[in-house]
Amino acid sequence: MYRYIVNRVLLMIPTLVGAAILVFLLMRLIPGDICVVRLASGGGTFNAHAVDLCHAEVGMDRPVIVQFLDFIWGLCRLDFGISMWSGKPVAYEIAVRLPVSLEIALLATVVAILIAIPLGTISALKQNSWIDLVVRTVAIAGIATPSFWLGIVVILAILDITDALTGSPWMPPIDYVSLWHDPIRNLSMVFWPAITVGYRYSAVTMRMTRSAMLEVLREDYIRTARAKGLLEQIIVNRHALKNALLPVITLIGIEFAFLIGGLVVTEQVFNINGIGRLFVLAVQNQDYTLTQALVMLTVVTFVVTNLIVDLFYAWIDPRIRYG
Amino acid sequence: MDKTTTGLLAAGLGAVLTVAGLAPATAAETPKHGGTLTYMIPADAPPSFDGHRETTYATVHATAPFYSVLIRVDPDNPSSTTDFVCDLCTEMPKPTDGGKTYIFKIRQGVKWHDGSPLTAYDVATSWQYVIHPPEGVTSARESYFVMVDKVEAPDPSTVVFRLKFASNAFLPGLADPYAYVYKKAILEKDPHWYEKNIMGSGPFKFAAYELGQSISGVRNPDYYHEGEPYLDGFVGLFAPKQAVRVDAIRADRAAMEFRGLPPSARDQLVKELGDKITVQSSDWNCGNLITPNHKKKPFDDVRVRRALALAIDQWRGAPALARIADVHTVGGIVFPGSPLAATKDELQKVAGFWPDIDKSRAEAKRLLKEAGAEGLTFELLNRNVDQPYKFVGTWVIDEWSKIGLHVTQRVVPTGPWFEAMRSGDFDVVVEANCQGVVNPLMDVGKYLPSTVYTENYGRFEDQKEIAIYDKMVHETDVAKQRGLMREFENRVLDTEAHAIQVLWWYRIVPERSYVRGWKISPSHYVNQDLANIWLDK
Repeated sequence: MYRYIVNRVLLMIPTLVGAAILVFLLMRLIPGDICVVRLASGGGTFNAHAVDLCHAEVGMDRPVIVQFLDFIWGLCRLDFGISMWSGKPVAYEIAVRLPVSLEIALLATVVAILIAIPLGTISALKQNSWIDLVVRTVAIAGIATPSFWLGIVVILAILDITDALTGSPWMPPIDYVSLWHDPIRNLSMVFWPAITVGYRYSAVTMRMTRSAMLEVLREDYIRTARAKGLLEQIIVNRHALKNALLPVITLIGIEFAFLIGGLVVTEQVFNINGIGRLFVLAVQNQDYTLTQALVMLTVVTFVVTNLIVDLFYAWIDPRIRYG
Repeated sequence: MDKTTTGLLAAGLGAVLTVAGLAPATAAETPKHGGTLTYMIPADAPPSFDGHRETTYATVHATAPFYSVLIRVDPDNPSSTTDFVCDLCTEMPKPTDGGKTYIFKIRQGVKWHDGSPLTAYDVATSWQYVIHPPEGVTSARESYFVMVDKVEAPDPSTVVFRLKFASNAFLPGLADPYAYVYKKAILEKDPHWYEKNIMGSGPFKFAAYELGQSISGVRNPDYYHEGEPYLDGFVGLFAPKQAVRVDAIRADRAAMEFRGLPPSARDQLVKELGDKITVQSSDWNCGNLITPNHKKKPFDDVRVRRALALAIDQWRGAPALARIADVHTVGGIVFPGSPLAATKDELQKVAGFWPDIDKSRAEAKRLLKEAGAEGLTFELLNRNVDQPYKFVGTWVIDEWSKIGLHVTQRVVPTGPWFEAMRSGDFDVVVEANCQGVVNPLMDVGKYLPSTVYTENYGRFEDQKEIAIYDKMVHETDVAKQRGLMREFENRVLDTEAHAIQVLWWYRIVPERSYVRGWKISPSHYVNQDLANIWLDK
């Protein structure tokens, strides 16, 4: 197992280097100039000298190769540099936004697991019954409904319902307070986006759980277990579900990694100052340093999540561990 | 409050201002002290806190309450385009030396938020950084002060501006809301300190900044305008998405936003909140213009450019478009309501503003035929901003189709939009001229060739136009200046049709009715220090 982990960790290095080269080159191929965007964003005027000064300030007056080596050397030291847009350290920009994105991702994952695995399992066990039909309908609706649209509907519903009930419309807070500082305010803010995103997340996971369970339930060893007279509960929980969870875990891992940086529109709908919004802002502003760091953060999140999923696989399935 | 209106321009009309719902605070009301104002800032975050460097409202909406300025647009009459009053000075000066010297006396006893005294040296140094920034320092408004020779502080209570030539554009420029007064000692130690830090002498002291989320301030007990500020503090919440801001106002998570909302949002809030919402609106010192690329055929032909202008029915388009977009008023290149703006009669003689649209379009078709450009097909470059860029773009394409033109729209994000304009990679572009304090002489600089004004993207040269402009800027007689402005405007919009001026923007600011004291102005940069706002709760 130790050797397996070391091998997997070493394999991360070329992935990260490849991603670093790719993002650095792609950013410089996009038309536009952060200095022009920064100086003109308010509709004001500026001259070429101001642009030159700005280039010098953000380091864009240096040769591209020097900028690249600086970027790689910074990555080696976990120093992502300074945001070209805000002038603040990139690490600070990310650290401010990461807690809320992480909190929503975790909460949405919990929501998804709590809903998807039991319902997906029941749906498979009661295949083609009315229960299965209801669960499948809920799941397909969840996949078909964009999270941001659901978010808008949720907010409007909250506003209208509270207005009708109390005569004073209420909406979730739009400024983030940490969980430790004010748990109620914090949860009343992150609960709604987590539910919104968690619904789609659980729908996808529910479908996967159902189909994996159906496949496993048709395996010979399940038939053998039943022939041996094992209790149905033991067959489902110990033999079927454990094996059916392998693809579900992969899906949960991928979805979780996506949620860290991918909630672009949902974050905007709920005014969440998270990583997704920062990502869009960085690309819009042509902020090379920040975009590069965020891409690397996403890559690391995916790679680490995949590693954890693989380790989980190895733990669940000895064939992988010893293969 | 010391107050002086600027001489001959005093007769000028203010911007069109309307108030719906409950009336805002009147002079008869006694302001109440206390409370915290929460307002929305329609942005993710300001690029920096430095007013001297930045041009975006995200900076001024977030930081103006912390700073003092030398003079400002009268906060009690901000819709006026000519009413300037002292902030840090004691009395608006009468210029001497043939209009070339302005001597300002600075208030005594003003304190920085760190407790140290503010002097004329701080004021003069701040202005030196705005007008003649040292190497490595960016001033976004350096070009507004071409007439200024030097700024001096002969003693701790006097600031002297010496001009190269007398100009009516000087005082409006001086009232720029971004021209924060910074502490000399800090500026001289690190001219970039104010980009990331806040320390002023304004009505509120800096309390906290949560990146991309909020900024807050608390009442400055040492503020020099007696009784102000009325609020205990303020919180500005950043929210780029309009739906969030509208919902926040509806749910009273925030009382207002200062930039402006479209008519649909206003109607929604009025419908849902009734008398709990007040709406102020005004013409906005921002207008869209359509710029043909003179280097591209057939737009090098003035007949084709004039045809583009003549096809657009501004008079009938304005009321229709005003229902759905942030536009309202038909005007020339000067802000409507300014003394230098064209009257309706004058405007209707200019191409693109003729009252008879059938005649206008017939002339457009004739010109296109003469130029061999009938049924012309081209691309209109536009910025990926809904209000009002995309509305205006779609509208003009429809108007051009009425003279047989086939136009497609290329909508791109802000960065590539600027890049395309700067590199000349466009046929015709929708752009904007958005200014702060109404200062027509400086505001129309946008229409000068790029050899004079770098941010003109028409890619043309016109020495005659430059000569008219120079003469106008050096002229101090308002009547003569007005005549020159008409000559300039006619050349830009008609004779040479370098640009097509379309509708002026319209600022609509809904606020919770308990917000009192704030009055709308033609600029979303102006009157943002929050000192005169109070809450009727």
